[in-house]
Amino acid sequence: MGLTDFIRQLLAAVWRRPAGRVGLSTLGIVLIAALAAPPFLPDPAAQPDIVEQASLPPGAGHPFGTDQLSRDILARVAWGGRISLAVAGLAVVLSATIGAGVGLVAGYLGGLVDTALMRLVDAALAIPRLFILLLLLVVWERIPLPALILILGTTGWFGTSRLVRGEVLRLRHEPFVTGAEALGARRTRVMFRHLFPNTLGPLLVAATLGVGEVILLEAGLSFLGLGIQPPTPSWGGMILDAKPVLITAPWTGLFPGLAIVVTVLAVNLVGDALAGAVNPRES
Amino acid sequence: MSRVLEVENLRVTFPGVNGSRFAAVDGVSFALSRGETLALVGESGCGKSLTSLSLLRLVPEPGRIEPESRIRLGETDVLSLRGEALRDIRGRRIGMIFQDPMTSLDPVFRVGDQIAEGIRAHFPVSKREARDRSVALLREVGIPDPVARAQSYPHQLSGGMRQRVMIAIALAAEPEILIADEPTTALDVTVQAQILEVLDQLRSQRGMAVLLITHDLGIVAGRADRVAVMYAGEIVEEAPTARLFAQPSHPYTQGLFASIPRLSGPIERLNPIPGTVPPAAAWPSGCRFRPRCPYAFEPCVRDPALLPAGPDHRARCWLIESEK
Repeated sequence: MGLTDFIRQLLAAVWRRPAGRVGLSTLGIVLIAALAAPPFLPDPAAQPDIVEQASLPPGAGHPFGTDQLSRDILARVAWGGRISLAVAGLAVVLSATIGAGVGLVAGYLGGLVDTALMRLVDAALAIPRLFILLLLLVVWERIPLPALILILGTTGWFGTSRLVRGEVLRLRHEPFVTGAEALGARRTRVMFRHLFPNTLGPLLVAATLGVGEVILLEAGLSFLGLGIQPPTPSWGGMILDAKPVLITAPWTGLFPGLAIVVTVLAVNLVGDALAGAVNPRES
Repeated sequence: MSRVLEVENLRVTFPGVNGSRFAAVDGVSFALSRGETLALVGESGCGKSLTSLSLLRLVPEPGRIEPESRIRLGETDVLSLRGEALRDIRGRRIGMIFQDPMTSLDPVFRVGDQIAEGIRAHFPVSKREARDRSVALLREVGIPDPVARAQSYPHQLSGGMRQRVMIAIALAAEPEILIADEPTTALDVTVQAQILEVLDQLRSQRGMAVLLITHDLGIVAGRADRVAVMYAGEIVEEAPTARLFAQPSHPYTQGLFASIPRLSGPIERLNPIPGTVPPAAAWPSGCRFRPRCPYAFEPCVRDPALLPAGPDHRARCWLIESEK
């Protein structure tokens, strides 16, 4: 299979599973809503009338209602989704890349390089990710978005590197790898052309589940005021804003909360279906 | 005939219990000339595959080629090569075909690209040129409609086709020596003959030397010029093929022949060799075949040397000396 064929087949296999189908279609709707809707919605930062239009319940004109600053919640959920998904997607691409690179090098070169890299990963995994993030974000107040992505990405690759290393160890002595070596292929070529594509399945599963994790992490951090900074809308940040009015205007927190739950659930459903599709014992 | 490969006293060791090392290949010597086919015959675990991997310095960790070993490829001392110089040998001067065509091709690449990879690893040619050469190679190994087949993935091909692709890959950089490690074991009998035919043709057309590694004496007859029989890490007998088949001198070789069913002659019970090959860490002292040998006698506690048993024929057995 070529790479594009491989991904197409994998998507088809996910689609064949009920959980995968639900996940993919939900995720598709969320993505379309987040990417396509904002131009049709009011400006998420606009505060048209802080006295008359604040904290309106869902109704005509504002399907999700407005918050205490009279901003349209639907617009803010859509924008927040755009940002949340972009942050999660980019952070996961970053961490999957680093993880795959480290795993490939460690698994293929073995010996001292392997020991050094994996002990480093062991040490990093011993510290909870949230703790590292909180520490960094408390120090770096009002963090810009690219830096947040960088920090989320560089703290999420430890598990991935182990996973890829394991796959490489499994493949390392497969005849096709020895064959490439016997043909005089360079080590970098063996690693990136032969080993890497054969680890893509598990890597994609890990990355997909990683997206869900990062969405939750980012929401949690934003809720604590440490992640995405206002006035940029974010789901976690909206729930934080809703906290004082949760009794009088519950919709201010309900919709961003629902968005988080639905998106993470969809991502994880896709991830589980992907895991099933990749596992030959199940397919 | 010009010698293209000389292996002398090859020893490959692995770590055993409490720090000692045991030799899985123990003092193997042989030579290969241009255009010649040498068959290395032996049971699983006798060290024949390790011997072939040593030629490319691909012995898996924690195996080690001992320093007293010598492998000369023309003027090149293979065991002293490092880095790029070693890479220049692999594929370019020694090509290798592996046993299992199902797992020896990378499942995620088109076979044409895998052949082109071998070409571009050693020749500075364009992608297009490499592609054209891959198609020509596929044609050469007898694959019908090579242009279309080059676009196939390994799983779309049959076992025999895949083995032909393997051969094309091994030939990609035009090596002087082709190692075929059990090239037909995973194939149907009818396909086996075809593959051996292809190998034979390529050998005579290109003047390559072929090292044919097999456990099947049947495919050796008529294909190999000479046969070396391996047992427990050593070559126990070496002779021209016709001579070996007519007059096997080592009891192990005789045992191998006795355990092959015959189509002609009176129907007899097969005579398998009793016992099994001991593991490499527990090879007996003296003659290693002694515990299973029907003729074992007193001298066998000492290690026999390869003794001359006829013209161009040597066997590692004390019987030869006692018969003189």
